[in-house]
Amino acid sequence: MSHTSTSPEAVSRLRVDGLSVRFQIPGAVVRAVTDARFEVRQGECLALVGESGCGKSVMAHALLGLLPANAEVTGAVRLETGGAEPVDLVGAPEDVLARRVRGRMIGLVPQSPATHLTPVRTARAQLAETLRELGNPAGSDDLADLARRVGLRPADLDLYPHQLSGGMAQRVANALALAGDPWLIVADEPTTGLDRPLVETTMSELRRLTDEGRAVLLITHDLRATEQVADRVAVMYAGRIVSLTSADEFFTRPRHPYAAGLLDALPSRRFTAIPGHPPELTLLPDGCAFRPRCDRATAACERIPELNEVACHHPLEHHAVR
Amino acid sequence: MTVRPGIVTGLSGPSGCGKSTLTRVLAMLLRPAAGRLTIDGTEVRRWRHRAGLRTRVGLIFQQPRLAVDPRFTLLDVIVEPLRAAGRPLAQAVADAERLADEMGLTADLLTRRPHEVSDGQLQRACVARALALRPRYVICDEMTTMLDASTQAHLVARLESYRQETGAGVLAVTHDIDLLERWCRPDAVHHLPDPAIMVEGMPACVTKQVARPVRNREARPPRSP
Repeated sequence: MSHTSTSPEAVSRLRVDGLSVRFQIPGAVVRAVTDARFEVRQGECLALVGESGCGKSVMAHALLGLLPANAEVTGAVRLETGGAEPVDLVGAPEDVLARRVRGRMIGLVPQSPATHLTPVRTARAQLAETLRELGNPAGSDDLADLARRVGLRPADLDLYPHQLSGGMAQRVANALALAGDPWLIVADEPTTGLDRPLVETTMSELRRLTDEGRAVLLITHDLRATEQVADRVAVMYAGRIVSLTSADEFFTRPRHPYAAGLLDALPSRRFTAIPGHPPELTLLPDGCAFRPRCDRATAACERIPELNEVACHHPLEHHAVR
Repeated sequence: MTVRPGIVTGLSGPSGCGKSTLTRVLAMLLRPAAGRLTIDGTEVRRWRHRAGLRTRVGLIFQQPRLAVDPRFTLLDVIVEPLRAAGRPLAQAVADAERLADEMGLTADLLTRRPHEVSDGQLQRACVARALALRPRYVICDEMTTMLDASTQAHLVARLESYRQETGAGVLAVTHDIDLLERWCRPDAVHHLPDPAIMVEGMPACVTKQVARPVRNREARPPRSP
């Protein structure tokens, strides 16, 4: 059960290398994700942030092999589990995804846990079913154990979803995600619609999972939640990762103009919006996609900048480190 | 509670405490079981589709996708209240285009249907719709919870300019304390306790919210970029 004892050479990691996702629609191509490169390893939490429509949910679905049939996926998404043979999720047959990957290597913490649960069955019935389908039929002791690990009393499992508070529903969803003991947790907008105390609870649960030695990929637009839990932050804009730095650097010394603009928009900071709109994913401009909204843009921005922590030809300088 | 014209009143509280129900009563979409609602001195006696004072209050919902007809274009969404109020079509379209322009929506976006735009763009159309009949009061029920920080700042800035221009009253319903502190008048923030938890005594989350000092907006030094 414990992941912390894994030896250094056998660290499990998710490596995304040159991942692109395209959708063919009549008369256009949606370039949802373009050339994404990042890695998440055990014991760290990577947050993927960006505004709605920037491609971050498509990325999450690509990792779980849940994209619709008209998606064209290129690049590599490799799950390296301990010292075992890596699994490439791009092009992996459904059979492999269903039997080896989902639930066993990757657990999904869903958006809106209360609606994720089946309303007419108790938490216990749903957990027992999940464990059975994952191939380890559980006795009531195992269920009680799982409940305690996510912070529920074993008696809470006999409640129906409508009897659970928001925080308890979140914990049941976490228990479902952890039932197959996956080492990678993908949390897709886990805080949408939750009130602030519940956001904080959810984030401290994710932090605890990270500290247990799991890898956590948090996909969100909530920068305050990100600040609470993330070790590193990847910023996505118009389908590309434009900044990938430590959380400390992102929050105190953002170098990409878009990252700085997002932070300046927070009510606790300058509360000023970035002018303009993000581009359509069917009509991406040549060069840097942020160029039309960027006050630092120059002729150099007609070329697409390489991602070297930040993908920008004229990143912001921070001389004085606070 | 009182929502006064010309200022931003805040309303917060945990999920399930009744914030949304209260806002629906204030917008005359629900008839209260007891109590009175007066708008500028006139007591509301007709509710829901009969409410004669309906156009005095504009309402912006949390989820724009559930708040628009999926068959409408964004232009139709903004034109609808103007048409319902009896404006001639040509004038309604011209007014809607001006409102859309003020929200930063381009002519191209106005021809699209909700499934062809992002949540942020759709919510901009919903704000334009809420302001179309120049309401005396605007109620924002978790208007920006689904949106990124930049879109939130933009929508709030638009409502602020409307408030300053018209002297309208704004009710901001949110559980984002940072947003309340930044946007609302400090002495006009109401915190609803959680009725379910009150029975067992004040939980930490409620006491924290109530006890957290609300700072004056003007007193906050601007943070250097």
